[in-house]
Amino acid sequence: MRVEKRTTVDAPIGQVWAFIARPENYESFMEGITSWEVQGEQRTGLGARYATRMKVGSAEIGGMIEIVEFDEPYEIAWTSVLGIDQRGRWRLHERDGGGTNVTLRLGYHTEGGLLGAIAERLAAPIVGTNLRRSLEELRRRVEHSARIVMR
Amino acid sequence: MSDSRSRVMQRDAPRTIARNGGRPSEQPNERAPAGMLSRLSGAIVEQVRRQIPKADLHERDPDYLRDNLPWLWLLASFYFRAEVRGLERIPPRGPVLLVGNHSGGNMAPDTFIFVLAFSSYFGVERRFFQLAHNLVLALPPLRHLRKGGTIAASWENARRALDSGSALLVYPGGDYEVHRPSWESSKIDFGGRKGFVELAIDKRVPVVPVVAIGGQETSLFLSRGERLATLLRLDRLLRLKVLPISIALPWGLNVGDLAGHIPLPAKITLQVLEPIDLQAEFGDQPDADEVHEEIVGRMQRTLEGLAAERRLPVVG
Repeated sequence: MRVEKRTTVDAPIGQVWAFIARPENYESFMEGITSWEVQGEQRTGLGARYATRMKVGSAEIGGMIEIVEFDEPYEIAWTSVLGIDQRGRWRLHERDGGGTNVTLRLGYHTEGGLLGAIAERLAAPIVGTNLRRSLEELRRRVEHSARIVMR
Repeated sequence: MSDSRSRVMQRDAPRTIARNGGRPSEQPNERAPAGMLSRLSGAIVEQVRRQIPKADLHERDPDYLRDNLPWLWLLASFYFRAEVRGLERIPPRGPVLLVGNHSGGNMAPDTFIFVLAFSSYFGVERRFFQLAHNLVLALPPLRHLRKGGTIAASWENARRALDSGSALLVYPGGDYEVHRPSWESSKIDFGGRKGFVELAIDKRVPVVPVVAIGGQETSLFLSRGERLATLLRLDRLLRLKVLPISIALPWGLNVGDLAGHIPLPAKITLQVLEPIDLQAEFGDQPDADEVHEEIVGRMQRTLEGLAAERRLPVVG
């Protein structure tokens, strides 16, 4: 199952990138994320690992993810190393008239046959809401800091 | 059964319910007739003992848990609207004794909800075992629970689990607490069982209390049926100190709850408390009674807080 949400941020792509590349921002702007801890020495970039937890329904699903693509300032992708199978991706694209298009994708897979498939499907709206609210918060915070920079 | 026969059984039955840490009663039954009844008892006890699997910690299979978490998640999230708070308080690694209060009869939802919560939070890879009544694992349909980390409640099994660095979940109140009447929902009642404290002192592991509410609203629990259990000698034969009576789906009047029941979709809330380092808090040689009283006290206050949050039965 893959869930995708998009938004447009009224700020230069570099500022959006700077925000999503910083691991310390994730706990505060990602809805449902209860922890996002750097594992090891590398804080960001290709190969960085994070212990993450996301609240979905009654469970707080933990796992470890690793950054597998880091194409500044356009794309960040990760895949799970431990915990539930998942892949995620940020895609940033400069708009012609200014601003940045932001796409956030989260794909996940659960075991457990038919019931696993039902669980995946029923989790999708919860995950979708989390992603949508995360993008809203990202837009609010990046636009807020962009206005401060412009002043 | 004739009146005289039932009077004999009543006279022979122990008059008090053993609350001695879950160990079999040691009262000698000198007046038991040496006839058919005791032979039958012996045969049943032997049969049950044979069915109790010896704990092999390697039977736990993380992939079995991975396969089963989705449906547990469905049941917890959409049927029981379960909420589990404070998992971050559990030490992230190493042995830990998780002590829970137990509610909901033989279909107690708090156990599977905690297994789901723990395994999702720390990952199925973290070694985690749950002690269960011997009878649970002796029943063929429930034997697969061993793959999920359920082991028969015994000192040896508990020690072995903690020695292996695992987290271990125990319900000291066991069958006694889980069948308490619904109107005692917000009461921690371990029935005086203190074995878990001795275990934690002996193994020098932190104790993390886990308080749950809602289970006693999944049916209308009327009575533990202790007298009935004693009368039928179930305490001696099967370590069952109760023969509970409830009103439950789909049976209506449900005596014994041996076949289980369909629990009502009561909202279940679990609260994990701060870890307790017994040696740091109570000295190098902690007094088991003092520790027991303190832990039960903390759990009771938490349970009362959770009860105060609930506005309606079942709905939560």
